Amino acid sequence: MAENEMTGAEIVIKSLVDQGVDTIFGYPGGAVLPIYDALFQQNKIRHILVRHEQGAVHAAEGYARSTGKPGVVLVTSGPGATNAVTGLTDALMDSIPIVCLTGQVATHLIGSDAFQEADTVGITRHCTKHNWLVKSPEELTRVMHEAFYVATNGRPGPVVIDIPKDVQFQSAEYVGPKNVAHRTYRPTVKGDVEAIKEAIDLIANAKKPVFYTGGGIINSGPVASQLLREFVKLTGYPITSTLMGLGAFPASDKQWLGMVGMHGTFEANNAMHDCDVMINIGARFDDRVTGRLDDFAPNSKKIHVDIDASSINKNVRVDVGIIGDCAHVLEDMLRIWKAKARQPDKAALGDWWKQIEVWRERKSLSFRQNGETIKPQYAVQRLYELTKDRETYITTEVGQHQMWAAQHYHFDEPNRWMTSGGLGTMGYGLPAAVGTQIAHPDALVVDIAGEASILMNMQEISTAVQFMLPVKIFILNNEYMGMVRQWQELLHGGRYSHSYSESLPDFVKLAEAYGAKGVRAETPDELDAKIQEMLDTPGPVIFDCIVDKYENCYPMIPSGAAHNQMILADDADAPTVTEAGKMLV
Amino acid sequence: MSQEEKIERHAIAVLVDNEAGVLARVIGLFSGRGYNIESLTVAEVDQAEHTSRITIVTSGTPMVIEQIKAQLDRLVPVHRVMDLTAETHAVEREMALVKVASTGEKRVESLRLADAFRARVIDTTHTSFIFEVTGAPDKIDAFIGLMRPLGLVDVSRTGVVAIARGPEAM
Repeated sequence: MAENEMTGAEIVIKSLVDQGVDTIFGYPGGAVLPIYDALFQQNKIRHILVRHEQGAVHAAEGYARSTGKPGVVLVTSGPGATNAVTGLTDALMDSIPIVCLTGQVATHLIGSDAFQEADTVGITRHCTKHNWLVKSPEELTRVMHEAFYVATNGRPGPVVIDIPKDVQFQSAEYVGPKNVAHRTYRPTVKGDVEAIKEAIDLIANAKKPVFYTGGGIINSGPVASQLLREFVKLTGYPITSTLMGLGAFPASDKQWLGMVGMHGTFEANNAMHDCDVMINIGARFDDRVTGRLDDFAPNSKKIHVDIDASSINKNVRVDVGIIGDCAHVLEDMLRIWKAKARQPDKAALGDWWKQIEVWRERKSLSFRQNGETIKPQYAVQRLYELTKDRETYITTEVGQHQMWAAQHYHFDEPNRWMTSGGLGTMGYGLPAAVGTQIAHPDALVVDIAGEASILMNMQEISTAVQFMLPVKIFILNNEYMGMVRQWQELLHGGRYSHSYSESLPDFVKLAEAYGAKGVRAETPDELDAKIQEMLDTPGPVIFDCIVDKYENCYPMIPSGAAHNQMILADDADAPTVTEAGKMLV
Repeated sequence: MSQEEKIERHAIAVLVDNEAGVLARVIGLFSGRGYNIESLTVAEVDQAEHTSRITIVTSGTPMVIEQIKAQLDRLVPVHRVMDLTAETHAVEREMALVKVASTGEKRVESLRLADAFRARVIDTTHTSFIFEVTGAPDKIDAFIGLMRPLGLVDVSRTGVVAIARGPEAM
C-alpha cells in the first residue's frame, strides 16, 4: 500500500480534520455506515447526533453563523438527503457556509431505484452553491477540499458531496488541502478602486445619506464590522441594517436607526425613502426591505457593495456597483476617505439628523403593557433587560415573534443573532440554538420562538438534553400562527383560515417528558421572576410565555407600499393593502 | 416602450469545465429563474483541458441579459462568459437537416431552391431528399419556409454556434 493510502471513509475524516473541523452534525443510515465506522475509530471530530436531518443542517447553520466557520453535516442517502433539503435551501438564501456529506447507494446501483436511493445531486443542484457526486475514491480527496473552498469563498453557501457506499470502502491516496487548487472558481475580493473613489465622492457630497448594511458584513467577518463602525463614526451618518445584518453596528449607538424593511422602524424606513445617497454594504435589496420598487428611495444615488456580481442591479438599479468583499472594500473606502481628508457637509447633516429625530420621536416600536396579559413585545424587552449583560446568542423561529425579537432585542456585536431571513423557515431556531450552544458552551443561547414554529423541530430538544446543552426556548405563545393571522386580518377580512394552533401540547409537561425543565409565565407581574428562574436553570428549558393572542406586529410597510407609507401601531386602522399588494407575499 | 424594457436577442458563449451535470446547472439556472432559451448548443472544445463551450441564444430586457450573464458567471464550473452580441461582432452559424418528400414538379423545384441556398443533398430516394443547409438562423428559417409547400416532412436543427470575429480567443 502506498504512503497516504486510505479508504474513502478515512479520506473523509482526514480531510475534515485537515480543514480544521472539530464538530459535525449528523444522523447515521445504511449508505454512510463506513464513514460512521471511521468516526467511531477516532477522537478528533465530535459528532452531534440530531433527531432529524433538517435539524442537522440548521444546527450546522447556527454553528457557522455564531463562529464564522463552516458548518459540517453528515447524513445518509435517500430520505437523509431529502430531509436536509430545507436546511440547504435556508443556507443558500442566507449565504451560510455548509458542507453537507450525503451517503449514496453503491455506484453500480445508481439509477436502479435501489433502496434509499435518491438523485441527491439532482435534487440539491438548485439549493446548493455547488455539489458533487464522487464516483471514484481517487476524486474524493480533491472534492473534499474543493468543497470547503467553494463553501467559504466568495459569497458563502451550502455545498453537497454525495458519496456512494462503495467509494467509502475503496482505497485511494490522500492529498492534503494545500495541494488542491480549484480550476475555475476565483471570486473577486478586492473592489475596483475607481468605483470606490466614485463612491467616496458621492458619500462625501451627500446631504441626506444613509448606510444600509446587511448580512454581507457579518459574513465578511469581525474585521468588516470594525471597519464599518470606524467609517460610520468618521462620517457621522445614520445607519440602518437588514434583519441579517443586525449586530454589525451596535444597536446602542446614537447613529443607529433600527432595522429597515417591512417591520423596520419609522425612522429607518423614512430615512431610506428620503435619502439622497444610499450606501448599501453587503445587503441585497430584498423585497422585504425595498417594498414597492418604483417608489424605493426615489431621489437617491445608490452605491452597492456586494461580493456577488449577480446581486448588483438585480432588483434595484444602482449608480455605483462595487464587486468585492465588505472588509476589503471598507478598508479601501476608509483609506481613500482619509487620504483625501474628506469631510461631511456638517450643515446639511445637521438638518438631516433633525429630520430623523422628528421621525424617531414617533417611537414606532412603542407598545402599551397594561392589564393582566403579557404583551409579546414586553416579554422580549424583559428578556433583553435580564440578559443583555451576559454573553448572549439569540436564535429565532419565523413569524411575529421573530420580528419582535429583531425589534426589541438589541445587538451590539456581530454573530450573536441567528435567524432564517431569506427562506423564512419555521423550525429553524431550536436546532440553530443547539449548534450555537455547541460552539459556545458557556454562553447563554436563547431561541425566541412561537408555539407553532417550535413544534416543527421540537424533537431537537432531545439532542439538547443528550449533549447537556442548556439552550433556553422562549416561546411567545399566542395560540396562533401569528403572522398568518395578522395577514388574514389585514388582507382576508379576518377569516382566520387554519391559523389557530389547535391541540397544543402542555409545553411544561413536554419539557419534562424530554428531561428538560418547563417554566410558564402568564402575567406581567411574574414575568421577571420566571425569566430569572429560566436563566438560573443549568440545563435546557422550555419557557411557555402566554401572551396577548391578538397583538399585531407593527410598524409595518404593507405589501405593495413604499417606505414612507408605514402603518404604525396607533393608527393601525388606516387604509392598508392595495389589490396589487395582495398578490405579493 | 422605454429603452429599459426593450427585449433584445443575445448569443452568449460560456466556457465550462466538462464535468458531470454542468449542462443541467446551466439549463436549471434558466428554468429556475424564468429566463428564455431560444437555442442551446454544447460540445467539448478542448479534450486535454476538459473544457466545453456552450452557446446560448436568449432574449430579455437589458437588465435581464445582465443578470443572465452574472448568474452564469457565478456557477462554480464556469471559466468564462462572453456576450457575443454585446461585446463583439460575432459570426453565427447553424446547420439544419431538412427532409422533403415529393415527386414531379415539386421535387424538381425543391432541388432548384436547395441549389440557390447552397444546400447539399446528403440522402435521396425516388420520393425524398435530405438537404444539409448551413447559415445564419434566418437563412435556415427562410429555407424551411420555402420547403414547406414542397413536401417538407422533417427538420433537425443544431441551434446556433457563434464565435467572435478577429484574432482574439474568448
